Amino acid sequence: MSFPHWRKSTVSDHAHPTPVAHQFDDREQQTEVGRLGMWLFLATEILFFGGLFTAYLVMRWKWPEAFAVANSKMDVTLGAINTAVLLTSSLTMALGVRAAQLGRGKGSFALIIATMVFGLAFLGIKAVEYARKFQEGLFPGPGFVFEGATGRQVETFFSLYFMMTGLHALHMVVGIGILTVIAAMIRRGRFSPDYYAPVEISGLYWHFVDIIWIFLFPLLYLIHPHL
Amino acid sequence: MSHETAVEGTNYLNNGYSLRSWFLTTDHKRIAILYLFTIVLFFFVGGSFAVLMRLELMSPQGTLVQAETYNKLFTMHGIVMIFFFLIPSIPAVLGNFLIPMMVGARDLAFPRLNLLSWYVFVAGASVTLFALVTGGLDTGWTFYTPFSTSYSNTRVVPAMVGIFITGFSSILTGLNFIVTVHKMRAPGLTWFRLPLFVWSLYATSLVMVLATPVLAITVAMVAFERATGIGIFNPAIGGDPLLFQHLFWFYSHPAVYIMILPAMGVVSEVIATFSRKEVFGYRFVAAASLAIAVYGFLVWGHHMFVSGQSVYAGLVFSILSYLVAIPSAVKVFNWTATLYKGQIWFQTPLLYAFGFIGLFTIGGLTGLFLAAMAVDVHLTDTYFIVAHFHYIMVGGAVMGFMAGIHYWWPKITGRLYPEGWAKFSALVLFVGFNLTFFPQFLLGYLGMPRRYYHYPPEFQVLNVLSTAGASILGVGYLIPLIYLLWSLKRGKVAGANPWGATTLEWQTASPPITQNFPTTPVVTSGSYEFPALEEVHSE
Repeated sequence: MSFPHWRKSTVSDHAHPTPVAHQFDDREQQTEVGRLGMWLFLATEILFFGGLFTAYLVMRWKWPEAFAVANSKMDVTLGAINTAVLLTSSLTMALGVRAAQLGRGKGSFALIIATMVFGLAFLGIKAVEYARKFQEGLFPGPGFVFEGATGRQVETFFSLYFMMTGLHALHMVVGIGILTVIAAMIRRGRFSPDYYAPVEISGLYWHFVDIIWIFLFPLLYLIHPHL
Repeated sequence: MSHETAVEGTNYLNNGYSLRSWFLTTDHKRIAILYLFTIVLFFFVGGSFAVLMRLELMSPQGTLVQAETYNKLFTMHGIVMIFFFLIPSIPAVLGNFLIPMMVGARDLAFPRLNLLSWYVFVAGASVTLFALVTGGLDTGWTFYTPFSTSYSNTRVVPAMVGIFITGFSSILTGLNFIVTVHKMRAPGLTWFRLPLFVWSLYATSLVMVLATPVLAITVAMVAFERATGIGIFNPAIGGDPLLFQHLFWFYSHPAVYIMILPAMGVVSEVIATFSRKEVFGYRFVAAASLAIAVYGFLVWGHHMFVSGQSVYAGLVFSILSYLVAIPSAVKVFNWTATLYKGQIWFQTPLLYAFGFIGLFTIGGLTGLFLAAMAVDVHLTDTYFIVAHFHYIMVGGAVMGFMAGIHYWWPKITGRLYPEGWAKFSALVLFVGFNLTFFPQFLLGYLGMPRRYYHYPPEFQVLNVLSTAGASILGVGYLIPLIYLLWSLKRGKVAGANPWGATTLEWQTASPPITQNFPTTPVVTSGSYEFPALEEVHSE
C-alpha cells in the first residue's frame, strides 16, 4: 500500500497535532504547496471562463442592438440583490479565515456557516431568475420565443447568459460543498493558529467565484442604460 | 557496481502486487507506469488508423474503404495521437516518474491528485472511444465550425465531452509539476542547478495549465451549440466561425509545444550524458524553454492565414512565428556545441537524440515556409503541412519519447534493453520515417490537398513511396515493443547508474525504492558535473 501515511509533525507542540503528508518535510511546506496549488488552479479557471467572456465580447461587438434588447429582459433588481448577497458572503468568508487564524473555533464555524447560507441564498435567487426566464420563453433552444428581426441574436445572448451564469453557479455549488467539509473540520477542532491553511485556501476559491460574478453582473445585466 | 541489490531489494515495483496496490497507488512511479500502458495502447490504436489510411492512398481511386470511413480515419488518427498519446506521452510517463526524483523529493506535491488525473484521463479516453466506436467522427481533429456544429452526421457531442474531460487530466498534471518544482526541491537544488528536463517540463506545465482550459470551454461550446442550436459559431444565425478557430488554436498551437518541449528536455539530458559534458549554455537552453512556451501563446493566428482573418493580424502572427525559431535554434546550436569535443558514446538514446535534432530541424525550417503568408497561401491544407507537422510530432516528439524510454528504461525497470536490437530499430525508424514523410513534402508542394480520398494518378508514385515507408515505420515501432517487454525478464541487470549520468535520479537504486531516496539528497553542484573519465569506464 502506498497511500500517504499521515504522521505527526515533528514540530507539533499544540493541542491538535496537524497532519503532514509523507511527501512534505514540514507543515510550512505543506501549507505553501496548498496555497500555490490553489493560485494555479485559479489561473486555470480564469482561462476557462475566459473562453466564454471572449465569446460574449465578440458577439456583443457584432450585435450591439440585439444585446441591448435582450438585456432589457434581465431582472436588474434580482441581479443587484444577488451581487450584494455574494459580496457579503465574501466578507463573512474573510472574517471566517481571520477567526480561524486567531484560533476562534466557534466564531469561524459560525462565519463559514453564514457564508454557506449566503451562497445558498444566491443560488435560490438565481433559480427564481432561471425559472422566470423559462416561463417567458427566453431559454435557448426550440422553445425560444422572441418577436423581432434580431431574434436569433437575442437567443445567442441568452445562450451566453445561461452558460456563463450556469458555470458560475456550478462553481458556487462546488464551493458550498468545500465549505461543508471545512465546517465539519472546524467542528472537530482540526485547526489552530498554527494550522488553518485549508480554511484560507478554500477562502481563495470562494473569493475567486465571487470576483467572476463581479464581471458577470455588469456584462449581463447593465448593458442597456449605458449603450 | 552491485548487481545483487539492484533488483532484489525492495523497490517500488515489488512493494505490493495486488491490483489495489496499483490502481489505488499514489506513488508517482507507479502512476507513470499506469500512464505508460495506457498511452502505448493508444499509440497502437492511433497507428492502426494511419495504416488503413496509407493502404487506402496506395491507389488514386481509393478501393479499401468508403470515403466517409476515410474521413473518420484521419479524424480518429489525429484525435487519438494528439490527445491520447502525444500530449500525455513524455509528461505523464517520464515527467511523472522523473520530476520528483530529479528534484530529490519523495513524491509529487499532490500524489492523490496525480492518481486522479490518470482516472480522469481514462474516463475521458473511454468517452471519446465510445464516440469513435458508436459512429465515429468526421470533422478532422480540428472540429471546425459550422461543419462540426451543424452539418456533420457523426458523434460530435460525445467526442467533445470526452475531450473536455481529458483536458482536466492535463491541467492537473501540469499544476502538480509546477508546484513540485517550486516547492519540493531538495536542499541546495537551486533553479539553475535543475536538470534541463525539469526546466522543459516546467515550461510545458505552464502551457498545460494556461491553454488547456480554453480548449475545454471551446469544445463545451461546440457541444452546446450542436445540442441546442445556439448561434455562437454558426454564421447562418449571426455566429462567428472564426471565433471558434481563434479559441481552438489558442490552445492547439501551444499544444504543439506541450508535445515538443518535453522531447527537447529528454534530448538535453541524453546529449549531456552521452557526450559527458555539461550542456553548453545551460542557462540559455533553460530560458529557451520558457521563451518557447511564451511565444507559443502568441502565434496561433498562423493557422488562419487563409481563413479571412485580418491581413494585419496575419502580418503580426507571421512575424511572431518567425521569432519562435530563435529559442528553437538556441537549443539546436547548444546541443551541437555540447557534442563538440565531447566523449561521445553511441548508445541508442543518443541515436534517437540525433534523429530528433535532424528531423526537428527539417520540421522547424519548413515551419518557416508556412509562417510566410504568401507561401502559406500555396501550401495551406496540402500534404506539405502534413509532412511538416509529422516531422515535428513524430520526428521530434516521438523520437524524443523513444530516446527517453531507452535512456530511463534501466532506471524504471532495473534492466537494460538489448543494445543491438535497439540500435537496429532506431535505424529502421529513421529510415521508415523519412521515407513516409519526405515524399509528402513533395506531394504538398505539387498541390495534393490533405484529407482527400481520391487524387490524380500522377501523385501515385510518391504516395506508394510514403506507404512503403509507413510499413517500415510500423516495423520500427513493433521491434522495441517486443524487446522492451523481453528485457523485463531477460535484460541484463542495469545497476543504479549504467550510463554514468550525473542527475539525481541516477544516484539511487534501479528500480528506485518507493521513497525514491534513502535520505533526502543534499545538492552541492550543478546537474552536469561529470567526474574524470577513468572513474566510470573502470567497469
